[in-house]
This record gives sequence, structure tokens and C-alpha cells, in this order.
Amino acid sequence: MTLSEGIPGTEYIVESTRLNEKVGRRLEALGLIHGTKVEVLNRKKNGTMIFKARGTRMAIGKEISMGIYVKEGTL
Amino acid sequence: MNGQVINVAFAGNPNCGKTTLFNAYTGARLKVANWPGVTVEKKEGAFKFHEYQYKLVDLPGIYSLTCYSTEEILSRQYLLGDEVDVVVDVADASNLERNLYLTLQLIELGKPVVLALNMMDIVEERGMELDIHRLPEMLGIPVVPVSARKRTGLEVLMHAVAHHQGKGNSVPVEHHHDLVCQSVHRHNHHKEFAMVYSDDIEDKIDDLEERLLANFPDIVNPRWHAIKMLEKDPEVMKNYPIRTDDIIDRSYEHEIINQKYDFIEEVIDEVLMNKAQKEARTEKIDQWMTHPVWGMPIFFGIMALVFLLTFAVGDWIAGGFEIFIAGVANGIQYGMEMLHLSPTLISLVCDGIIAGVGGILTFLPNIFMLFLALAFLEDSGYMSRVAYVMDGLMGKMGLSGRAFIPMLLGFGCTVPAIMSARTLEDTRDRLRTIMVTPFMSCSARLPIYVLFSKMFFGKFAMIAAFSMYVLGLVVAIIVALIYSKVVCRNEEKNCLLIELPEYKSPNARTIIIYVWEKIKDYLTKAGTTIFVGSVLLWLIMNFGAAGMVTDISDSFAASIGRFLVPVLAPAGLGMWQIGVALISGVAAKELVVSSCSVLFGMNINSDIGVENFHYVLEGMGFGRVNAYALMVFCLLYIPCMAAIATIRKETNSWRWTIGMMLMQLIVAWGMAVIVFQVGSMLIGG
Repeated sequence: MTLSEGIPGTEYIVESTRLNEKVGRRLEALGLIHGTKVEVLNRKKNGTMIFKARGTRMAIGKEISMGIYVKEGTL
Repeated sequence: MNGQVINVAFAGNPNCGKTTLFNAYTGARLKVANWPGVTVEKKEGAFKFHEYQYKLVDLPGIYSLTCYSTEEILSRQYLLGDEVDVVVDVADASNLERNLYLTLQLIELGKPVVLALNMMDIVEERGMELDIHRLPEMLGIPVVPVSARKRTGLEVLMHAVAHHQGKGNSVPVEHHHDLVCQSVHRHNHHKEFAMVYSDDIEDKIDDLEERLLANFPDIVNPRWHAIKMLEKDPEVMKNYPIRTDDIIDRSYEHEIINQKYDFIEEVIDEVLMNKAQKEARTEKIDQWMTHPVWGMPIFFGIMALVFLLTFAVGDWIAGGFEIFIAGVANGIQYGMEMLHLSPTLISLVCDGIIAGVGGILTFLPNIFMLFLALAFLEDSGYMSRVAYVMDGLMGKMGLSGRAFIPMLLGFGCTVPAIMSARTLEDTRDRLRTIMVTPFMSCSARLPIYVLFSKMFFGKFAMIAAFSMYVLGLVVAIIVALIYSKVVCRNEEKNCLLIELPEYKSPNARTIIIYVWEKIKDYLTKAGTTIFVGSVLLWLIMNFGAAGMVTDISDSFAASIGRFLVPVLAPAGLGMWQIGVALISGVAAKELVVSSCSVLFGMNINSDIGVENFHYVLEGMGFGRVNAYALMVFCLLYIPCMAAIATIRKETNSWRWTIGMMLMQLIVAWGMAVIVFQVGSMLIGG
């Protein structure tokens, strides 16, 4: 599944990202890499959302959340 | 040793307090707020401490030193240059994990680095504990806990800087990554560097370093360049063209980032004792503020409150303020008459300067309230949320929610608002945002609305004034929409990506500095631009081709203004005084009000003066609809000179700047004509 389908209040683990290079590297610099725990905090219907990873709260557009592949559950 | 200069650069993630720290050292009053990207330009300052002279440079916040954004490239070039002796890496200690990524990159750059652990007060508040003895051991750099806000640890930090300059970073205490205990790598780099990669990468780094040194014997820090080459960094590859294809078969950036984070996790494991108790407060507030349905109404509610404060409370304070200014004005006039000064001089002072400058000063309370409210918004942490809330709407215009932050700042002043568009990475997004930001009604236009709505709309005055802000927003959206549909169809939309900081109760000091700087700007403008403008207006009004005139309609002002009358007539603004006022408004928007006051010979310092003005205008056939058309025109027409200069600088194009001005004139004229014609039909003149 992609992060855009994430349910607020649930934790996910990043498996891979399929994004354009610029955005992808930016997210990697923020620590969003394979195995990173992500908690979805808030989500609009279209997939624009707020998540928390490594103690940082980020808001991302739907184009990004649809390119982050995750699986459910804690490590 | 005496007076030795140390060049210190502050680098760090956005919104971690670099500018607060910079202000604390230099006594500067640079703007700080609680959202990422407040500082867009590097700022310099100097101070003396013990026997050293420090030159500080505050850099805009960055998350990494790659070259995916201009900000990062500029920061990196600056940090690598000779102008920096010591890098102070300012990190938000309450969010160490993310901040350490940049720290590792800064250490790799090879310059002496001192880590300033900022916001230690918040760390304690949240019940976290950091082992600040283990941290420097693992990183191999000095670590100094500070609180820029509470101004603690400042001396220790500069002490560390002084002692660390000129030295390389010390050898980190050897620590063992799980995998590397049995490193079979040629040399064990753990004795030299904090950040050591896996054996295969280290082998490649060694090979590249060797080759770099052979080709460029003067190269500083070949290890960093080698790592960047493994990341296929275009800048480094271009500057050091060596053969790499036998060593680098692909980009190793992914591995390099991953291994850095592995190491960071290791550091955090050893250093962070108590994880923060869940910051329930921010999350609770966000459930409402960023609610999928209620987020937008809440935002508009907040903005309505901001303007309610500006108009209602501002006017309430203004009442007493007006009496004071009127008193001073009368005193000056009386004093000058007592001294039997020439009537011309008295006229210049009273009808020119006092009418113009004094008229503007009466709006100071409104301006004060507006900026106070904006300061609270900016320092609370809400700004980033606005970007999230508005993302959907902005998306329809092909922009990300992030572009709304400059627009929101535009309610204060267009100049910094346009500059803050720099945080948008994409050039086209920046241009589009710059294009619509001037439609957001700035504080200088406020006096126009307050004055004219008070005169013509009685108890609906506040609604009339507030409607200007809504109209400005609507026009901005429509213009951006048309632009995105017509000019840049089929373009990939740049998506939202913004950090949301913790909410915090606004800091008194930050608010006071913020508001005071704005008030000071306003007073300075009253004393300079508006003063000069008022004198000039008085001159062109009292002199004509035949020298000093008794009939104002023979004056230069009248001749200039008449020129515009035919154009402005369809908008109900066909009076030469209005024409002159609108021209003067290009110097500064407040001048529209000043000029009206000077040109109509009205003192608007008091309620009675405003009342008189109202009668005079009504007598000239200038009614409610005309007033509203004037407000609309002032809202939308070309911004002040300072804003135009900023647009020119930020877009780096005269064509774009002039094109924007033309567009604004057409939009303003068109809207004013529609308002006047439709309004006249409905109300009947």
C-alpha cells in the first residue's frame, strides 16, 4: 500500500519510494528511508497528509504520499 | 592574539533557532518566528568576546548539503570557502535525530565544527535527557548545550569556537558499529572519522581520494569530494573532472544516506536517555487546526479575528491617539501664528506636513494591532499548518500550499512577503507566487480602507474594509488560476513538503521585536517618504505655471490630475485630486490618504475633520459607490516603489516586473469600473 491510504493514528514502515529524484532525495535527507517508522497523524481525503517520522512532523501533498510505499505494523 | 578575528558561520536545519542565537550574540533584531524558512538571506554581524573579534554569519536553514536546492548549494559553497573559520552547527536538541544528519555532513566538510545544542530548555521541559558527554565522544566535535531564547550557554559556545578554530575535528572515541567490528578494510578509518561507511564504500572512497590527490594536489579535504563523487554530485563532478567510471559504477547516494542514518540511530540509542513524553499538546491542537473539514473555516475565522482586532480594537485605541495628535497639531499652528511667521510657511507646515504626516500617524494603532496579530500567528507555529490547510485550494492554481505563506505575509507588507517566496524551490512557482502576492492587501493600504469606509459606510464600515481583504484574495486566486490554465498548462505540479513545528506559546521578546520593527518602519516612512511626499504635494498644489496660485485649479497638481480624469471617470474616480493621490500612492500607499487630506485641504486627524471631509466629497458628487471603487482600485493597482524594486530584484527581470505592473493596472481599473458601473445601477448613483 502507499502512505496515502494510511489511517490517522496508525504506524507504518517505509518499504520504498517511487518519486521524482528531487523530492525523493529530499525525503531521504529527512530520514525517510527503507525501514523508517512513520505515523500518520492527519489526512485529507485526497491523500494530502501530516505524518511523523524520526520525531519530525511533516505535511506532504498527495503526489508525494502516493509515491511512498509502506507496510503496516511496528518493527 | 589581541583582536584576532574569527569567522563563524551558523548552519543548521530550518526553524532550529539560528537567527535567535545570532540576535542574542550580535544584538541584532532580525526577524524570528516559528515556521521553517523565515531567514532567506545570509546575514552578517560582529561582536567582541574576551580577546577575540567574532564575525558571525547566519545562513538560511537547510536539511542537507546535497545540491537539490539553490539554498543548499549556496550554503555549501560558502561553508567550503575561506571566509569561514569555524562552523557552528545549530541543532534543535529536542529533535536531535533529524538534526544530526546535517551535522554528519558538516563534519565531513572538514572545517572545524562545534555543535550548539539549542532548545535545551525544551528538552528538559519534555522530560528528555541527553548524555552530552557521550555525544561529543561519538561525533568527535565539541558539543555545547545552549538556549538561544533564554540566553544560556552563549559564552561557553564562543569559548569552544575560539579554542576549536584552526584545528581539525578531533579523533572520535572509537566506537563499534555492529558490522564493522570485524572490518577487513585496508585501513581502519574508525580512528579518524566519526562517520565511517561500509567496507566496499570506504574502498571506493580511498581509491577516489588517491586519484583526486594525484590530479589536484591542492585539493582540500579529498575525502569529502570523494564521498560527493560517489553520490554523483554534479557540482563536484564538474569541478574535479577525473576518471571515475572504473570505480563508480552507479550512484551510491542511497547507501550513503542509509548508513548515515544507521549511525545516527546508534548515536541516538546511546545518547538519548528518556524519549520525550508524547507531545500531546501539539497533536491535540492539530486535530482541529488541520481537520480535513474544519481546517479551512478555522483559518478564515482566525483571519477574520485578526482583522476584527485591527479595525475594532485599533480604532478604539485610535480614538485617544487622534485627540493627542490633533492637540499637537493645533499647538504647532498656534505657536507659529504667535511668532508671526509667514503665512506660506504656516500653510506648508499645517496644510502640507501636518495634514499629510499627521493624517497617517492616526492609523498607527490599527497598524500596531495588525502586526501584533500577525506576530502571534507567526510565532505560534500555525503558519506551516496554513500551508497544509490551503494546499487543496492552491493546488487548483497549480501551486503548493507552501506558496500561501508568502501570500499570508503579504497582509503585513508586500516586500518581505515577496522575498519569502524564495523558500519555493521551483522558479515558476516563485514567479507565480510573486505575481499574486501584491493583491494581498498590505498594511499600508489599511489607512485608505479605514478612512473611506468610516466616512461612507457608517456601521458597515468594518465589513466594507474586511471585504477588501477577501476581494484581494479572490482576485489573487482568479489571476493565478487563469495564468495556470493559459500560460502553463500540462505542467507538473510541485507538491507540498513542509515541516510542522511544535506549537508554542509566543515569546514576548520575539513579539515585541517583531511589532516594534514594523512600527519603526511605519514611523520612519511617515518621517521620510510621506513627509517629502506631503511637502511635494503642497508645492505642486500651491504653485502653477504662473507661480504661486490662489485658485487651486490653476496649480500643477490640477494639471497633472486632469490628465488622468478621462481614464478614471468610468470608475467613478474622475476627479483630479484622486488622480494625483493615486499617482502619489505609488511612492507609498499611505500617501493616498495623505494626499487626499492635503489636496482637499482637510485635516483628518479628528472625527470632525473626517466628517467635514465626508461632506465635501459628497458635495462633489463622490458617494458611497465611488468610495468603494476607490478602495478596490487602491487594493489592486501597482504596489509601492519598494515592492516594485523587490519584485525586480527577486524576479531578476524588468520584463516580468513591468508586465506585472501593467496587469495590475488593468485588473484594478477593470474591477473598479465594474464596481462603479454595477454599483451605480443598483444603488442609483
